[in-house]
Amino acid sequence: MTLVETERRPEIASTATSYGRGLEQIWKTEPGIAGWISTVDHKEIGHRYIVTSFVFLILGGFEALIMRLQLARPEQHLLTPEQYNQLFSTHGMTMIFLYALPILSGFSNYLWPLIFGSRDMAFPRLNALSYWVYLASGIFMYAGFLIGAGPNDGWFNYVPYAERPYNPGLNMDFYALGMVFYGLSTTVGAANFVVTFLRMRAPGMSINRVPIMTWGTLTASAANLLVVPSVSLAFFMLWMDRQFSTHFFDVNQQGQPLLWQHLFWIFAHPWVYVVVLPAMGMVSEGLPVFCRRPLVGYTPVALSTVATMVLGFGVWVHHMFATGLPNLALSFFSSTSIMISIPSAVAVFAWIATIWLGRPVITTAFLFFASMIVLFVIGGVSGFMTGSVPVDWQLTDTYFIVAHIHYVLIGINVFPVVGAVYFWFPKMTGRLLDERLGKWNFWTMFIGFNLGFLPMHLTGLYGMPRRVYTYPAGMGWDTLNMVTSIGSLLFAIGVLLLLVNVVVSLRGGRIAGANPWDADTLEWSVSSPPPSYNFAVIPEVASRHPLWEDRLGEAANRSSVRQGLILDHGRETIVTTPLDGDLDLIAKMPEDSYSPFILTVGASAGFTGALLHWWWLAGASAAVVAGALIAWLWPRRSLAQAAGAGDD
Amino acid sequence: MSYLHGFGTKAYPVTQLTWGLLIISVVVVVICTALVAVGVWVRRARGIDGAVEREPVQGGASGTTWLTIGVGISTVALFGSLVWTVVVLAAVNGPGRPTPVTIEITGKQWWWKARYLSEDPSRILITANEIHIPTGEPVLLRLVGGDVIHSFWVPSLTGKTDTIPGQTNVMWLEADQPGYYRGQCTEFCGWQHAHMGLYVVAQPRLDFQAWWDSQLRPGTTPTSEKTTRGERSFAYHCGACHTVRGTEAGGIVAPDLTHLMSRSTIAAGTLPNDAGNLSGWIANPQAIKPGTRMPVLYLSGPELDDIRTYLATLD
Repeated sequence: MTLVETERRPEIASTATSYGRGLEQIWKTEPGIAGWISTVDHKEIGHRYIVTSFVFLILGGFEALIMRLQLARPEQHLLTPEQYNQLFSTHGMTMIFLYALPILSGFSNYLWPLIFGSRDMAFPRLNALSYWVYLASGIFMYAGFLIGAGPNDGWFNYVPYAERPYNPGLNMDFYALGMVFYGLSTTVGAANFVVTFLRMRAPGMSINRVPIMTWGTLTASAANLLVVPSVSLAFFMLWMDRQFSTHFFDVNQQGQPLLWQHLFWIFAHPWVYVVVLPAMGMVSEGLPVFCRRPLVGYTPVALSTVATMVLGFGVWVHHMFATGLPNLALSFFSSTSIMISIPSAVAVFAWIATIWLGRPVITTAFLFFASMIVLFVIGGVSGFMTGSVPVDWQLTDTYFIVAHIHYVLIGINVFPVVGAVYFWFPKMTGRLLDERLGKWNFWTMFIGFNLGFLPMHLTGLYGMPRRVYTYPAGMGWDTLNMVTSIGSLLFAIGVLLLLVNVVVSLRGGRIAGANPWDADTLEWSVSSPPPSYNFAVIPEVASRHPLWEDRLGEAANRSSVRQGLILDHGRETIVTTPLDGDLDLIAKMPEDSYSPFILTVGASAGFTGALLHWWWLAGASAAVVAGALIAWLWPRRSLAQAAGAGDD
Repeated sequence: MSYLHGFGTKAYPVTQLTWGLLIISVVVVVICTALVAVGVWVRRARGIDGAVEREPVQGGASGTTWLTIGVGISTVALFGSLVWTVVVLAAVNGPGRPTPVTIEITGKQWWWKARYLSEDPSRILITANEIHIPTGEPVLLRLVGGDVIHSFWVPSLTGKTDTIPGQTNVMWLEADQPGYYRGQCTEFCGWQHAHMGLYVVAQPRLDFQAWWDSQLRPGTTPTSEKTTRGERSFAYHCGACHTVRGTEAGGIVAPDLTHLMSRSTIAAGTLPNDAGNLSGWIANPQAIKPGTRMPVLYLSGPELDDIRTYLATLD
């Protein structure tokens, strides 16, 4: 390794020259278990996020199907109340925390450096840490469920029912500590996304040229940095209440049950946007490719993404309209909850206009993206209804809300995600998913979902409360529930078809080539799957659609994809300025490292020690964590970042 | 339990608003779905068999007119809905008239305690799960948290308000027609959240007054040998939790049973109140509401029969 290089000016070369092999030596991960544990390659981490969150999606799906079996007819006794309560709580925890965000983080992790023209995320080791901690905290929370001590108070876990007098088992301790643990993953991941967005873009990719998709994850990540502390604190306080008799929420000692709800929803309402904005970004990115034109209204859509999040911080009380807060206060939150629909309308009409002003090519990915617009509108209008205080007093905690949340989470998260799988699978694997099976996949999911969840609005309007393990016959709910159970099963079959398609196409799918959809962004300029170093030379960007410039008649703007900076003195990539995307620094990127994995193992043991009050274990794990951190942060000459790239 | 129909001055404006927003929502969904479906159908690329790259990329119109019109109309509709919301909120904020009847309601795992308040201590009445109110006048409810959080909801009369430990929430409702209005707990509260129903019984003022007066009587004095034995067994086995006024049974953690037979259901709206259900419930409440606070008492057959016969006299 050379010493600190100051004022180095990298050379410019074309991809045609053979830098590839040298770069492969520099960037590749060791084969075998050692490489598997130590890799910091964003593509590998992205894969893992996607696969892991799909596993959780399937687990959560099975939980849902068991519940739908119980609810298919009135007065059934397949499940005890406690089993049902653990199932719906674990289902919520799984889908909302262990699937919905991680799947989006997976795509963003995989795609961001490729779409930005970079070689990795800003902090590759943090990236590995955020995955390992996600996996470990997911296993930790599921461990409770598997030994019969899963969460049993719903995903929002209200006190006092979550407090020890009403809930003496380990259930809540697993959930509380698991959520604190999980919060670490979200936080480091979010920090990584924010810095990557601001600093790791290709030269010339000024802030008004970033691919539209990335605005969603950026906004969501910034929000996470602000709100995750609130929920981590709340769960920590709950655990303290339960184990050390603090009285944060204990009303007999002047504690406040409503404090929990505020701390929780200040986090959890923005979280709803966290798990949909990046998915909306996928639609904004993918839909125009199939409509064969740029997205209508890039700037309004980007701004409305940010606006949604900003307003999203001011709507949490609409989950608490029935708690007896003064009506004057409620009317404020009612206005924000209704007005937050305006930025969503911007996105909806931008997508619709893109379809009308383009020439849509109907592929499976397009069907998922386009149908999402409809599902988004349904989930949006039901949300708008709950924003109205007097109406919400009727709607809240009925099946109307269950229908609403599923249109939001399945409509605005799962559908775009499956579309994204069809869209980017060829990039990740080099093979296309089968289109014929894909159409079956789409229609089964679409029909199953709407059959299951559209009538559920009516179940709610007919007054069925949510979270009941059974219900009496003759209330007008029987047929509707049976239909919902059938629809859910059909939807599950649709998801199964996706898995079949993935398995079949991994082996026998059509070879994709670099750019099977003739798309516009930088990830499509490299081979499928991309090489370990992503780009042989760092591209230079001159417009929003680097691969479409010749056809959009942007003669003045010519991005340079085949020719760019050579960076091959070890693992290097380029750092640019946050707004203009001017060359700023050459970043020395870290080698693969065991520290994130060891840190996670230590932290897992630490949380287990805290759970069981094995303080010796907690102490020993703290030492392991400290050791891993010291190894991680030990100064290395090869990582000194002092080289200016000299953009004269 | 449907709230698409409301009864009473508080429910009418809310029901109208619910229908109004529902109709706006359905119209929006129909329009947007049509825009997407027709757009895809009309504009679809033809004759390229899904080969995306064969359809040329074109810049085309900027399309911002779509945004202006679409978002403009949406904003007007949203703003109108907001104004309507605030107007309704103000209308149902308070009854605007004196409320002669005030009832304190406590949500408990998994039943409802109702305490009719009065200036005159001898007229204070405690009952459970069936709440009688006079028609045509607003009734004030003071909602108190008993153990965990519950939510009081009678869909055709009023929306939900939580009962939260450590605070008293005040709400009101009014029924303008006599009737049985079903309600249910809607905040998840544990094992038997599903079986935490209640009824509001609205009756004309005079009937209501008569009901209140009759409820103030102590429990029926046993007249036969069997019911005397029943009263004694009840006090022994059940009296630590339940009250029958005028007897030794004075427990306060479970529903007051002084006039049990005046109620149409037992176990918080779970079963019709008839002899068979009552026997079944006393014999094994855990089979009907698993986890209920009422334990299985392992009564002998004759004891059970005595108690049930005695309870059947508590009208």
